[in-house]
Amino acid sequence: MRKVFDFHGGIHPPENKQQSLQTPIVKAGIPPLLVLPLSQHIGAPAVPAVAPGDRVLKGQLIGEARGFVSVPLHAPTSGTIEAVEERQIAHPSGHRAPCIVIRSDGLDEWIECRGIEDYTTLDKSDLLQRIRNAGIAGMGGAGFPSAVKLAVQPEKKISTLIINGTECEPYITADDALMRERAEQIVSGAMILRHLVEPEETLLGVEDNKPEAIATLLTAAQGTGLEVVSFPTKYPSGGEKQLIEILTGKQVPSGGLPADIGVVCQNMGSAAAIHDAVVLGRPLISRITTVTGDAIDQPQNFEVLLGTSMAYLLEKAGYRAERNNRLVMGGPMMGFTVPSPDVPVVKTTNCILAPSERELPTPPPAQACIRCGMCAEVCPASLLPQQMFWFAQGKEFDKLEQHNLFDCIECGACSYACPSNIPLVQYYRASKAEILQLRRDHEKSEHSRLRFEARQERLEREEREKAEKRAARKKAAEAKAKQGTANGEAEEDPIQAAIERAKAKKAAQQSAADAQGGSEGEREKLEKAVVSTRKRLDTAIAKLEQAQAEGSDLVEALQTGVDKTRLKLETAETALAALQNSSDSTTAESTSSTDAAQLAIEKAMAARAAEADLSPAEKARADLEKLEQRLEKSRAKLAQSRDAGDEEKIIEALEATVERLAGKVEQARQQLQQAESA
Amino acid sequence: MVELLAQYPLVAALIALVGLAAVFGALLGFAAIRFRTEGNPIVEQINDILPQTQCGQCGHPGCKPYAEAIAGGEAINKCPPGGEAGIQALADLLDLEVIPLDDEHGEEDPRPAVAFIREDECIGCTKCIQACPVDAILGAAKQMHTVIASECTGCDLCVEPCPVDCIDMLREEESLQNWHWHLPDPVSRNVDIIATDAAPEATSRDRAA
Repeated sequence: MRKVFDFHGGIHPPENKQQSLQTPIVKAGIPPLLVLPLSQHIGAPAVPAVAPGDRVLKGQLIGEARGFVSVPLHAPTSGTIEAVEERQIAHPSGHRAPCIVIRSDGLDEWIECRGIEDYTTLDKSDLLQRIRNAGIAGMGGAGFPSAVKLAVQPEKKISTLIINGTECEPYITADDALMRERAEQIVSGAMILRHLVEPEETLLGVEDNKPEAIATLLTAAQGTGLEVVSFPTKYPSGGEKQLIEILTGKQVPSGGLPADIGVVCQNMGSAAAIHDAVVLGRPLISRITTVTGDAIDQPQNFEVLLGTSMAYLLEKAGYRAERNNRLVMGGPMMGFTVPSPDVPVVKTTNCILAPSERELPTPPPAQACIRCGMCAEVCPASLLPQQMFWFAQGKEFDKLEQHNLFDCIECGACSYACPSNIPLVQYYRASKAEILQLRRDHEKSEHSRLRFEARQERLEREEREKAEKRAARKKAAEAKAKQGTANGEAEEDPIQAAIERAKAKKAAQQSAADAQGGSEGEREKLEKAVVSTRKRLDTAIAKLEQAQAEGSDLVEALQTGVDKTRLKLETAETALAALQNSSDSTTAESTSSTDAAQLAIEKAMAARAAEADLSPAEKARADLEKLEQRLEKSRAKLAQSRDAGDEEKIIEALEATVERLAGKVEQARQQLQQAESA
Repeated sequence: MVELLAQYPLVAALIALVGLAAVFGALLGFAAIRFRTEGNPIVEQINDILPQTQCGQCGHPGCKPYAEAIAGGEAINKCPPGGEAGIQALADLLDLEVIPLDDEHGEEDPRPAVAFIREDECIGCTKCIQACPVDAILGAAKQMHTVIASECTGCDLCVEPCPVDCIDMLREEESLQNWHWHLPDPVSRNVDIIATDAAPEATSRDRAA
């Protein structure tokens, strides 16, 4: 007899297993409609591989695995795909999820299945692929893809393979029934697993409250080298970490995996499914489900096609809805209330519990924690549930993590033991979810921060590049100017050079005028201009006539051209005439009148002089008028550019201008008032 | 020398103290140069707590500037996306009183939002692209734009510049993917957990019977 160990805590709730073990496993038959959720496992949901209207055969692939942690989905019977749509599923949230709906044709026609006679000849990765392709996910309740669990890294030496037949939760007998009736399948599956994992020992762990199952397993396992180990009944010895401790005495480290200490665990149901997949080549399309509770007339185990509605099963077992206070999927400790009996059976549905109010009464209201410490005594993970309860209430998440909240297996032993009826597990579940949410949020905010900083950097870089370009252009212009002046004079400043040039020109003009005793040069120029303009006018008129003769579209344009040229000619002629008149008068006058710049300066001076003559009030009024005009103009410009949808920068600049002008107008107005009052 | 010191203990004490001061002064001076920290570490810590939505609701152009302002003594209750939890975390970090969120800067919305462009109405003006602080909007001039939902922080900044008002802020609805257990309502009797349902004495008596 092998030495078995014990784990901390645990409880002994009433088992209530006998009710459903009175009859052998019954085939539930083919329901008219099967609803198969695409996500019946942990990981990415499967992707539909069929479309409504397709005919499918039993065992045909209807959903493909997406990603590594995912499993495919197969048609449980032959029929037609009725829809791929959202349906209500068995989930505590009551939300809907995408499902494939099959209308069965009753023929139950298998697709061609090819099993392997001798799996030892197969490559291990092929064998794993086969298990994965059969859609096998942990059938104990969590639904973790089996192939992922079995794909242990080669550097981790596995010493023990454990097949879990504990089924410690009250009421559930699906694995028990399976072991009693299909021990050969389980043993065969276990040997495939042993071949895959190559452990030093393979243990089939069963609680001692299932003597029949142990007996049949022992018979089936004779001569195979598999060891059937029984151990005292206690809840939750079926928890993976607890079972490992019971059988090996080793504890899985906090946050670690069983593979870290050289252990791999698989469920009995999964072992049987692996046998079907490898030896018979059949995918996972049905499972054993216990239907039990006080509201059931004949509690029993069904072999049920996945996707069968719970209502269909309940009817087969004699369901008395009026006695049932709620419908639970899973056991009384870790199960959850399903939103309606119409939800389908999935790969993880080990039990449908329909208890009466007397059997599972509505929980009494939670009372204050009295710090009795019972929860800490029963906790199989050696945590401090009452302490975590306070932290969960106060949302002190870092303290919860320090108290190893994530080692909680949510078995419900603490809630069961609590004399104040505090739903402790619910606090832990909620806190775990909250912490994970916070972690995700923090990850996201970190991501946004990086993106924000990258953007800032980019904007700065662009700004810098623009500035550099501007500087480069300026430099180039300067260099060019330098070159120009270097060719001519040794002047450095281009502006200075321009001034010099202008001065030189002016001086030359003046000297020419002086030399010729009047505006001889000017006159010559004007005469030339008159002659050339006349010539141009003649050609333009000729062109116009031609165009008129041809009836071209250009007539109008040519006409305006002619008019313009004529106007120019006239002005040139009058200028010439004026010059001829003025040339008789003093030369000084003529030179001053030809200098436009001088003229403007004189005009400005005259205006200033006129202004000086004005009273301060009048001056202020004039100022104000001018400013108002400018404000009007820039407002119009802003509106225009807004309508045109110009760049924001432009609009902003215009807005700033308008504001500035408005301020100035205000100032001017005040000045005016002051001036008037003065 | 020794005799002198023995004779005048005050001088000895003085020399010893001055010597110690010189040694530690030199040590501290060296450490100040050798182990100099670049930037203000508290700003980084504050910035780490801020939600990085870059929404500007606090009145600063981004979370980092607000973190700098907080380090400079500004109130910690101006960040609506961070909410009460953010204020709590900041108060813990800076050892300040927890104060309620300043309504002036907006209200906390527990459901995260994501901007959504009604694409057939978008005219491709690129104004939202320029407004987005995290480059989460994709598009080009005169081409339809779209929001990369996974990058959007829900900051709202793209809504206002849109000339045709085709951007909606969509609140995330609860679905199977983001559903999680909630803390039990202490008053309600509608508790979903099963374990507490068991009345151990009653059922064990049933079994015995």
